[in-house]
Amino acid sequence: MLLLTSSSLTSSDWVLMLAVFGASAVEMVEALTIVLAAGTSRGWRSALEGAAAALVVLGLIVALVGVPLVRYVPIDALRVIVGALLLSLGLNWLRKAWLRASGHKALHDEDKIYAETVAELEADGPVSARRDAVGFAVAFKGVFLEGTEVVLIVISLGASQGRLGLAALAALAAALVVIVVGAVVARQLSSVPENTIKLTVGVMLTSFGVFWVGEGAGIHWPGSDAFLLVLIGVFAALSAAMISWLRRSAPLPTGAV
Amino acid sequence: MATLSRWLRVFGRFWWEFLVGDTPELFVATLVVVGVAFALASLHVLPVIVVPGVAIAAVVWSAARGRVPSQANRSPSQDQ
Repeated sequence: MLLLTSSSLTSSDWVLMLAVFGASAVEMVEALTIVLAAGTSRGWRSALEGAAAALVVLGLIVALVGVPLVRYVPIDALRVIVGALLLSLGLNWLRKAWLRASGHKALHDEDKIYAETVAELEADGPVSARRDAVGFAVAFKGVFLEGTEVVLIVISLGASQGRLGLAALAALAAALVVIVVGAVVARQLSSVPENTIKLTVGVMLTSFGVFWVGEGAGIHWPGSDAFLLVLIGVFAALSAAMISWLRRSAPLPTGAV
Repeated sequence: MATLSRWLRVFGRFWWEFLVGDTPELFVATLVVVGVAFALASLHVLPVIVVPGVAIAAVVWSAARGRVPSQANRSPSQDQ
């Protein structure tokens, strides 16, 4: 049985959980928008079955890819590979979040995506009385595609720290929170501060990426694991400075951060 | 065989979009960070500054490139 107490978790475990939770929450909000649209327009049974099937497939990928990675790949090679993957992902999230927060890129509008998806699905022929294949496929695809990024983050962060179970639990917790919140607020997912979460996770993924690439290559970071917190501080400060600088030439209304 | 090749194409396209997408400079920067980390690993202080520095320089440059010109700085050709 998996027992977790706050005293058994290190600071890098907490950072890992926060990063996975945030990344999963952002992607799950996007997936939930599609599932809500499929459920409303094509029937809830097919949409929920499609979403559940995608979650099962994603869970299988974590188990089938993540566990062998942890067991059989040398830890230094694994850290360089997952560090590079996290760095590539993190730099992209940071760049996008800076541009959105400063008004150089439109914010992700869940209401607009919801309305467009519903319109597309309603135009897609009559709804089947029993199981609707269109609703199932759209919900499956939405959850699977958004979830793939979460799976990569869970496997990367979990495997590099030998905490695959903890990373998977954080992702599962985020999915549950988003589902509960989604059920309560229904179509008001646009009120979720998606860009702020994305910026926070971008800072963490980039910091983890730099840290693990360095560890895997043989760099001795001052203070060992504690240097991760220094990197997070540096990238957070850089983000504040960049958003402020980018806002000076913003053509669009700026997003909240 | 056709199904396998279709799946390989989809798989390849997914990873290309995921890793390179519309910001190839950040993918290249990641490879540079890995290279610099290995090249400087035997030194003490330098990699601690240079490795994060390369990542910072890359994302700052990429974000600066991604700016949309404000109305005041926009040339007539950019409005077309």
